[in-house]
Amino acid sequence: MPEYTLNVNNKNYKVDVDQQMPLLWVIRDFVGLKGTKFGCGISQCGACTIHLDGTPVRACRLPVTAAAGKKITTIEGISENIDHAVQKAWIEMQVPQCGYCQSGQIMSAVALLKNKPKPTDADIDAAMRGNLCRCGTYQRIRSAIHRAAELI
Amino acid sequence: MEETLSNINRRNFLKFTGITGAGLIIGLSFKSNNGFAEIAKPGDDAALYDLTPFIMIEKSGAITIFNPRPEMGQGTFQSIPSLIAEELEVPLDGVTIKQTGGQKIFGRGQFAGGSSSVRSDYFTLRKAGASAREMLVKAASQQWKVPVEECYAGDAKVFHKPSGKSIGYGDLAEAASKLEVPKDPKLKDPKDFKLLGKKTMRPDIPLKSSGKAVFGIDVEVPGMVYASIEHCPVFGAKMVSYDDTAAKKVKGVLSVETCDRIFGKYKHEGIAVIADNYWAAYQGRKALSVKWDYQGNENFNSTEYDQSLRDLAKKEGVVDHEKGNFDKAYNEAGVKIDAFYETPIVSHSPIEPMNCVASWYDDNKLEIWASTQVPGDLASSLPKGHGIPEENVKVNVLFSGGAFGRRLYNDVIDEAVQLSKKIRKPVKVIWSREDDTQLGPFRPMTYSAMKGALSSDGKVVAFQHKVISPSINASEHENYDKTKPDRTMTEGISEQKYDFQNMKNMYVNAESHIPFAAWRAVTSTTLAFAHECFVDELAVKANKNPMEFRLAMIPQDSDTANVLRKLKEVSNWDKALPNGWGRGVAQYEFFAGLAGYVVEVSKNGNGIKIEKAYAVIDLGTVVNPDMVKNQVEGAATMALSAAIKNGITFDKGHTIQTNYNNNPIVRINEMPVVEVHILANGGPKIKGVGEPGLPPFAPALCNAVFAATGKRIRRLPFDINNV
Repeated sequence: MPEYTLNVNNKNYKVDVDQQMPLLWVIRDFVGLKGTKFGCGISQCGACTIHLDGTPVRACRLPVTAAAGKKITTIEGISENIDHAVQKAWIEMQVPQCGYCQSGQIMSAVALLKNKPKPTDADIDAAMRGNLCRCGTYQRIRSAIHRAAELI
Repeated sequence: MEETLSNINRRNFLKFTGITGAGLIIGLSFKSNNGFAEIAKPGDDAALYDLTPFIMIEKSGAITIFNPRPEMGQGTFQSIPSLIAEELEVPLDGVTIKQTGGQKIFGRGQFAGGSSSVRSDYFTLRKAGASAREMLVKAASQQWKVPVEECYAGDAKVFHKPSGKSIGYGDLAEAASKLEVPKDPKLKDPKDFKLLGKKTMRPDIPLKSSGKAVFGIDVEVPGMVYASIEHCPVFGAKMVSYDDTAAKKVKGVLSVETCDRIFGKYKHEGIAVIADNYWAAYQGRKALSVKWDYQGNENFNSTEYDQSLRDLAKKEGVVDHEKGNFDKAYNEAGVKIDAFYETPIVSHSPIEPMNCVASWYDDNKLEIWASTQVPGDLASSLPKGHGIPEENVKVNVLFSGGAFGRRLYNDVIDEAVQLSKKIRKPVKVIWSREDDTQLGPFRPMTYSAMKGALSSDGKVVAFQHKVISPSINASEHENYDKTKPDRTMTEGISEQKYDFQNMKNMYVNAESHIPFAAWRAVTSTTLAFAHECFVDELAVKANKNPMEFRLAMIPQDSDTANVLRKLKEVSNWDKALPNGWGRGVAQYEFFAGLAGYVVEVSKNGNGIKIEKAYAVIDLGTVVNPDMVKNQVEGAATMALSAAIKNGITFDKGHTIQTNYNNNPIVRINEMPVVEVHILANGGPKIKGVGEPGLPPFAPALCNAVFAATGKRIRRLPFDINNV
């Protein structure tokens, strides 16, 4: 199997995997970072959202070959001490219930706020509609994004 | 329930928990079971549950609270430990919370379901905390040689009031552990609560906002391999043969094994591809070629099955509840309405797919790592099926990435156990989203044949709710007796507070080979729709305001009346809405509790837009009001998905839906604001939180649709863009 060098959260990892393997499984099972979640495998739920060169993408459908040589950021990479403005807002608004989708929600929210520091409700709908939450924390996600915009 | 407190046998405790350095351990001894047996399914000897220790104070001062209630999003990771922490006088952020793994020593209530956790533990766990506090205070007073009345506890210390000196719990633990456990400790006055009833921050939320929370699917153990399992897409089939030549050629694939998916009375064969990583296992599994004998089940389809349920409505059915003389009152009444309501099959679809890690060791010991709602049942009943004693099993409970009833069942866990037993390596089984969507178990549909009659002055003189459905119990158990009432399938329909003078509720069972299961709020989620929409139909027929019509039929001092009056107030019910808007009300009371909604909608082209929802939940006592609000907001979201998204259907024996693309759930842009109000007047009454917010949402929504458009929705799901 070919060997790939992946830059995840500013650290290089050498992995020896099938070229078709989605980045999600490489990150979880080879790099060993479990914060990025498997939910659907078809880019429908957003639980696997990561940043590739700063852009939010679904890692479950992205072959490892497409990520080699690029900057990969996972939930573990956005802050050292759970103190990114989005994380602070998530805690202040007590957003998560089960929490399983929240890594993906937070990664989408971080990307949104980079592009639109003061997003409207419509901006939030557009940026966050790819992230499912079965517990139904949408109302709090919306409030927390507005709160994070104040904190940044 | 009768319980006594005692110091636990320290040697046994160490044996069960492997924890050393303990000073004081406080537990409860249960003399009888603590209820909800129908969900806990214990079926074992209560006398074995000698001691259930929940608090450990080490000499170092470290405090551990053992939490018997799995965390699946409903907040038990905080609500349950805070019952103890409040009475023990320790801050929650200063203690370690450990989930128990079904060990006998922690009692039989180790499960989460039926909105029962706080209701069951509210007084018993406060008592455990209060006993420990009294022992620590007494130990301090003895050490200082001062009257115990001069000492008090606070912030994990005991203080001497006159002198102001203090001593930490860790330094008192050993002396305290030698004292007699108080039989009747004094519980705190609720006005002195620091945690209970307050908005407190959940300790799991930082973990869940940083990718650090460990769910079942995240577990890794040394030497672990991965399995992906092919099951027949048609329920009730038999395997004829399989060819694994191509599967074994996939790089990373180690072996191919068979296993059984055991759910209730069903046993479905599976072929597992085992590999050194999940992706290889999944690729190998897709390369399998399997021959199935569908046993005639390939002819099953939803169109015909749905029609068979409509036909069954003509049957009289088994009487579930009778009051007065319905037939006479109905036949003699001048004004009658009949209506037929239908709901779909739906899936649980928690975002964390079903998974488990199991490791069968050479000495026939078994270790399981799982996101589960039922560690107690897992530790007691699963080993029986594998011929090993309960003592050989260790269960590690992880956070559940949603459960909603799906993780009450051990089918996937058992598959992992079977595979590990075969290959003697730790195995991680992961079901794909397609497996989860297509294989069930599902919430069954219910169809409801409603009849009502009004007197000339607009009072309901006869009411009938006949339920026609397949049964969860018939799916879970052999020897289901369809001549007896099935109270799971008629949940709540005879418990509403309306004073219907003549009522007859019935149940007609429909046979099925589909695995059905409890889903959040169980059958109330579908029956409330029929019940509360039909009450609305009667109100319209009587030419009455739906809110006043309901209030006039229920005792004014009832909780239901309080809920409706609160809804009326917070929604400004009597204030006129803009043109093209409508509002609807509904309430539902069932085993888990009581809640109600007012929903406001507006016309939006051929469809409607949900403008806002007001929810009122009746609790009596509340532990964390903010968490309650989050639960109700979530219940409304889940109810909306079940009301407007397509649900599960079958063709040629196959489940048509496969994943979130064709079995969608509500997204953020579809969710209106839900304003939640809590009725909590204190006192001994405690009602459930997780489920009651679900059932009344759909009927309130559909009653609002009628108010805005004149269209009566009698079949779910409905198209919100074209009503």
